[in-house]
Amino acid sequence: MNILSVKLPDVGEGVTEAELAEWHVKVGDIVKEDDVIAAVMTDKATVEIPSLYDGKITWIAGEIGDILAVGSDLVRIETDAEAVAEPGAASDQDEETPEPEPTPTPDAPPPPAASPARPAPTPTPTRSAPPRAEGTPPLASPSVRARARKGGIDLRQVHGSGPAGRITQQDLDEVFARPPQSAAHGGRVARTGTEEIRVIGMRRKIAERMALANARIPHITVVEEVDVTSLEELRASMNAGRGDKPKLTVLPFIAAALSKAVVDHPEMNAHYMDDDGVVVRHAGVNIGMATMTDAGLVVPVLRHVESLGVFQTAAEISRLSEAARAGKATRDELTGSTITITSLGPLGALATTPIINHPEVAILGVNKMATRPMWDGSQFVPRKMMNISASFDHRVIDGWDAAVFVQRIKTLLETPALIFMEE
Amino acid sequence: MKTETCNLLIIGAGPGGYVCGIRAGQLGIDTVVVERENPGGTCLNVGCIPSKALIHAADEFARVAHFTGDNDLGIATAAPTVDMAKTVAWKDGIVKRLTGGVAGLLKKAGARYVSGTARIVDGKTVEVATADGPLRIHCENLVIATGSRPLELPFLPFGGPVISSTEALDLQTVPQKLAVVGGGYIGLEIGTALAKLGATVTVVEAAERILPQYDAELTKPVLNRLRALGITVHLSSKARGLSEDGSALRAETQDGTLEIPSDKVLVTVGRSPVTDGFGLADLGLTMQGPFVAIDDHCATSMRGVHAIGDVTGGPMLAHRAMAQGAIVAEHVAGHPSVWDKRAVPAVCFTDPEIVTVGVLPGEVEGSKTAVFPFAANGRAMTMERDDGFVRIVHDPETELVLGLHAVGAGVSELSGEFALAIEMGATLTDIAATIHAHPTLSETVQETALKSLGQALHI
Repeated sequence: MNILSVKLPDVGEGVTEAELAEWHVKVGDIVKEDDVIAAVMTDKATVEIPSLYDGKITWIAGEIGDILAVGSDLVRIETDAEAVAEPGAASDQDEETPEPEPTPTPDAPPPPAASPARPAPTPTPTRSAPPRAEGTPPLASPSVRARARKGGIDLRQVHGSGPAGRITQQDLDEVFARPPQSAAHGGRVARTGTEEIRVIGMRRKIAERMALANARIPHITVVEEVDVTSLEELRASMNAGRGDKPKLTVLPFIAAALSKAVVDHPEMNAHYMDDDGVVVRHAGVNIGMATMTDAGLVVPVLRHVESLGVFQTAAEISRLSEAARAGKATRDELTGSTITITSLGPLGALATTPIINHPEVAILGVNKMATRPMWDGSQFVPRKMMNISASFDHRVIDGWDAAVFVQRIKTLLETPALIFMEE
Repeated sequence: MKTETCNLLIIGAGPGGYVCGIRAGQLGIDTVVVERENPGGTCLNVGCIPSKALIHAADEFARVAHFTGDNDLGIATAAPTVDMAKTVAWKDGIVKRLTGGVAGLLKKAGARYVSGTARIVDGKTVEVATADGPLRIHCENLVIATGSRPLELPFLPFGGPVISSTEALDLQTVPQKLAVVGGGYIGLEIGTALAKLGATVTVVEAAERILPQYDAELTKPVLNRLRALGITVHLSSKARGLSEDGSALRAETQDGTLEIPSDKVLVTVGRSPVTDGFGLADLGLTMQGPFVAIDDHCATSMRGVHAIGDVTGGPMLAHRAMAQGAIVAEHVAGHPSVWDKRAVPAVCFTDPEIVTVGVLPGEVEGSKTAVFPFAANGRAMTMERDDGFVRIVHDPETELVLGLHAVGAGVSELSGEFALAIEMGATLTDIAATIHAHPTLSETVQETALKSLGQALHI
């Protein structure tokens, strides 16, 4: 029997650490080679780590939310197998830098403190999960039921520890010992107690990125209204004749307009490497598309929009947003944007103050479209109006340039032929 | 017109209404109970209690009659006779004691009792026609507990030889020939009793078996006993009306159309809720079929108006109405009471008796059933009644007991243990590991649980 460790492999270029996002095993579990043992999160991608050996888990590296260095032990496995050379940069690192910490070798068992003394992070049982099928009444004696009713406890939410899942008086004691969560029978009752939600994983990443952007970048936001009546007519006629092509939303047009606008405003399609004091202007237009997913905000990237037609853009947008929502977007698909569009669709509000995706220098917020009465010089006419709210890094973009750029986008969207005209 | 006010007004002093009144009184609610007849409702006056009295008298008579012939116990006696009028008077005495008791209990709890016919004016006002003239009562909360009445067949209207259970429990003589239309528990209970008292009884049932709400296994011992008592049972048969001279019941049976000679035709084809004649329709409450629709607080679709008991549908059983009555009183008092019963036990006082609590075999997918016969129970043998069995349905995954049933003499008294098991969420082990006193019929319950676990001892 050997005790071998599975190390955190290099999960992406330039990544030195990763956050534990999920454990698929616990101490004592039997695993097979290639079984997924954990998922770690780097930047905005989550990577599943497979086991290298058949055997029994004797130690795991920490709890969900902990940060691990690349190359450090993830789990230790009691196995008959021989150590294999670990793939990826873990071995590269071994070559480049001397091993920073002692790793248990097949011959040397881990220090005694390592395996048994380290308490296994047993997941707290999900007491709130009702163990019974939907619609079946909770299994509890009449006295338990009466006590629960009096205490305003919904027994369907209570875990039963008794035989067949019966809810006992002790189970109720436990519920009452917890801070009250719901109001008692009738009336309005002040709620007390707090709930702690750990900010981990994707949420923590988002928090860090937002804090960084907002702390470093003095934002200037310009809001402008755009008459999109012509654009909508164009979109409708293109959709009507699209055949097998994907249905066009307004987003591919905005991406195209943005791509066109940065030709004359290269300062907008840039990264400000503020630590180095350099602005890097990009030739290609890689547009980040802020996308809401169940896990939180992710920004898949539309690459080289300048080389795509609207239908190609539309297809790519739909592919990327589906991948992002399913959590299947690759790391490459989530990095490398040069400018970002954020749109809340029908919830898009009148105006927003978008936060720049650092180190980019500009972000375009798309607001809600609505038909509004507009004065055409002699009368009010109904026009399809949509506001855009664009934020800029005021350290490198002056207000004048911001306003000119927004006007350019407005012009392009109001006269969509200009977007597609070769100059 | 005299006017009164109260918090809670209950129309009907049956098992639902009077329990509601007592419980409300206990909780300090200003309560009025209105009843147009005697307190106690169908149950005490013309239902459960009188029929049990009649059944007891019939059993005693049959027991003595049994000893007139050669019998295993070696007891000899002369042929018995029965003075039915005296039996009925004895029964009436019990009814009177109980109904008087109800009035006393209401008074003791502090609820007011008004004798008279109520008519709902609106959701908060009721007019009562009393012996002293009309009385108008305003209330905050109204409870409709008007019960049910025997269902009448259009081609066999009550009157003359055609009687309902009410008249059958008040017969001054035993009819020589009795036809019973409807092989449900009411018809079988009364029919069996009158057969034991000497009547020639014929049962006509439309379904293909008696007591059709139960499975055939459970009702078979009853059918055997009916036949042993000389009762003719026509299944899958339809009553069509009286013969022209009124001396026989015409029925389409599997033997063709028969004329069954009958001095009395007892029609027991069900009961219908009493929802007419007292202004209920004017409230425009949401109905569920013929019944008043209620939620789990027994609240109707109108705020402050509750309904309990038979008027709210089935099972039409006194103990269900009683439980509902208590819930309404507690709810009005601000307690968080709610209908959360897991089972309503049902008992047929047929011979042998049937008791069921919870689900029947096959009603829950994947459930398993074990049966233990009284033929292997010492106490049953010593009472000369080893017919019947106890049966438990359980979930094999969790051992949770889902249903308990029994058929046998005297098994109605097992209903308490059965219901307790269901309400407490008992598993097979809970029952199997509980000592059941020897020698009793209840040992059979423990043995059935043991048998479900593959550990039966006495079989």
